Amino acid sequence: MSDSRSDEPLIEVADLHVTYGRRGAVRRGRGVQAVRGVSLALSAGRTLGLVGESGCGKSTLIRSLFGLSPVASGTIRAFGQDITRIPPRRRREFGGRMQMVFQDPYSALDPRMTVHEIVAEPLRITGRYDRRAIDELLDRVGVSAEMAARRPGEFSGGQRQRVGIARALALNPKVLVLDEPVSALDVSIQAQILNLLDDLQKDLGLSYLFVSHDLSVIRHVADEVVVMQAGRFVEEGTIEQVFDHPEHPYTRTLLDSIPHVDFV
Amino acid sequence: MSAEMIRKAPLLEVNGLVVTTTGPDGETVRLIDDVSFTVDDGEVVGIVGESGSGKSLTMLAVMGLLPYGLEVAAGSILWRGKDIVGLREQQLREIRGRDIGMIFQDPMTALNPLRRIGSQLAEAIRLHQRVPRRVARARVHDLLDTVGVKDAAKRARAYPHEWSGGMRQRAVIAMAMANDPALLIADEPTTALDVTVQAQVMRTLEKARAELSSALILITHDLGLAAQNASRMLIMYSGRIVESGSTRDIFLSPTHPYTQGLLKSRLAERDERAYAIPGNPPSPRLRPSGCAFAPRCELSRGRSVCVDARPRLELRANGSCSACHFAQELGAPVAPVGSEA
Repeated sequence: MSDSRSDEPLIEVADLHVTYGRRGAVRRGRGVQAVRGVSLALSAGRTLGLVGESGCGKSTLIRSLFGLSPVASGTIRAFGQDITRIPPRRRREFGGRMQMVFQDPYSALDPRMTVHEIVAEPLRITGRYDRRAIDELLDRVGVSAEMAARRPGEFSGGQRQRVGIARALALNPKVLVLDEPVSALDVSIQAQILNLLDDLQKDLGLSYLFVSHDLSVIRHVADEVVVMQAGRFVEEGTIEQVFDHPEHPYTRTLLDSIPHVDFV
Repeated sequence: MSAEMIRKAPLLEVNGLVVTTTGPDGETVRLIDDVSFTVDDGEVVGIVGESGSGKSLTMLAVMGLLPYGLEVAAGSILWRGKDIVGLREQQLREIRGRDIGMIFQDPMTALNPLRRIGSQLAEAIRLHQRVPRRVARARVHDLLDTVGVKDAAKRARAYPHEWSGGMRQRAVIAMAMANDPALLIADEPTTALDVTVQAQVMRTLEKARAELSSALILITHDLGLAAQNASRMLIMYSGRIVESGSTRDIFLSPTHPYTQGLLKSRLAERDERAYAIPGNPPSPRLRPSGCAFAPRCELSRGRSVCVDARPRLELRANGSCSACHFAQELGAPVAPVGSEA
């Protein structure tokens, strides 16, 4: 990237506040404060885990990276640019460098399109359609050429998530925002997808912002982790710090909630 | 043998259950393919399997709640020794809700959004017991108290939407307990809830169960959750039971390669590669004719008996049962004849 120095984080969020409500209510401080002053940095090739329960503001936070949440204050920088308030038209210029993978591969894919068309769509929109590149991409995520001609309705959850990942990768992004990417999958399939994400990260030098409520998944994939509760980060640190020496009582509660089995 | 004969009939005994539906080309599809198990009074049994394995369908068949188009094609379901397959709806209703309490995954759909929680609970009681409203109401407050709802008399007047997901699931547990059932069936009771709430709801469920000293069938995809709560487990794959045994034995010495794969799939530390069972579960329509797990099995490696013959669920030397031709290679030979489970 010519516009970002190598040591600068790819994504940098500083003191972000997001408030929902009508404009007047927000101005008078009576809106719903979904995100209350959070800061994070995602560096090249790293995985940042974001943990929190439903309603904690994690979806609002990641939506704000794509300009989909009403930012009240704070800044969001991506690839060296301040993107907090840029208009949607200009967002598209670099939009391809940050893509999202959704939780539910059943609802994220258009059932009327073939898999090839689904993955091709982002390239067609940007006028860069290339059949060979799509075939290679599908092969990379483990979708066979024969499957590419079919519609996602015939696919299992794991196969659909592979397609979702391929689509997200179509524009050669540097950053993937993964919103509970394995939560809807069966145990035996989860590991397949996590391994695929691991391979892709190593091969393509991707950075991941990995959102999950499942701490065992986060411990497996992330380098650093932030724990979010009621719109704030209550704990952040490396995986070892947070899992082995949790400081905040909420983090401890979360860790204690993992079912564990002792046979003595 | 004589001990066998004088033994009381189990609470629930399912024998050779087959549930079928009709496929798109008019063919018969066996969604549940010859499932047998028993549940004794006061016992906690976990049924573990992935989506589509038939774990929920088995319990819907037990309750006579199979969706339209599905039917019990073979087998028996004995409730206290009496076959309940094919009972009329009226007779089934007397068992459901009174003898068997049910807890489903999503508490919002299990509760009527237009009625106050207390009144729904009172109705559940009065459907099965002839008691005055006043008595039913007092019982409702006791029930809510048992499941950890504070200030029950006041909060019973709330509507379901006014309660959080965890609180609603407590209300559903209270409803399942309403008529002192001998068996509770909980189908993914905490899957829709946040992690911290999951643990609380499981504690509530266990407390409720202990209070009634009822049996519990816990249906879950989560091996850890089942292990934490159940003393015995059934592992299902593609409409069949592939392994059953005590939780301890299953965890310490699994005797089926699928169970082994599930245990290995639990995520290890960072930087270690996750173990993944290759491939995908077959759709019941395309289930292989021999062992359903054979195409994904590292133990089978394409050996012809796995492709040709369906393995029977057999008692192993360690006391578990498993359906695998080569379980002896996992250190689990078939138990010698005459030994007791």
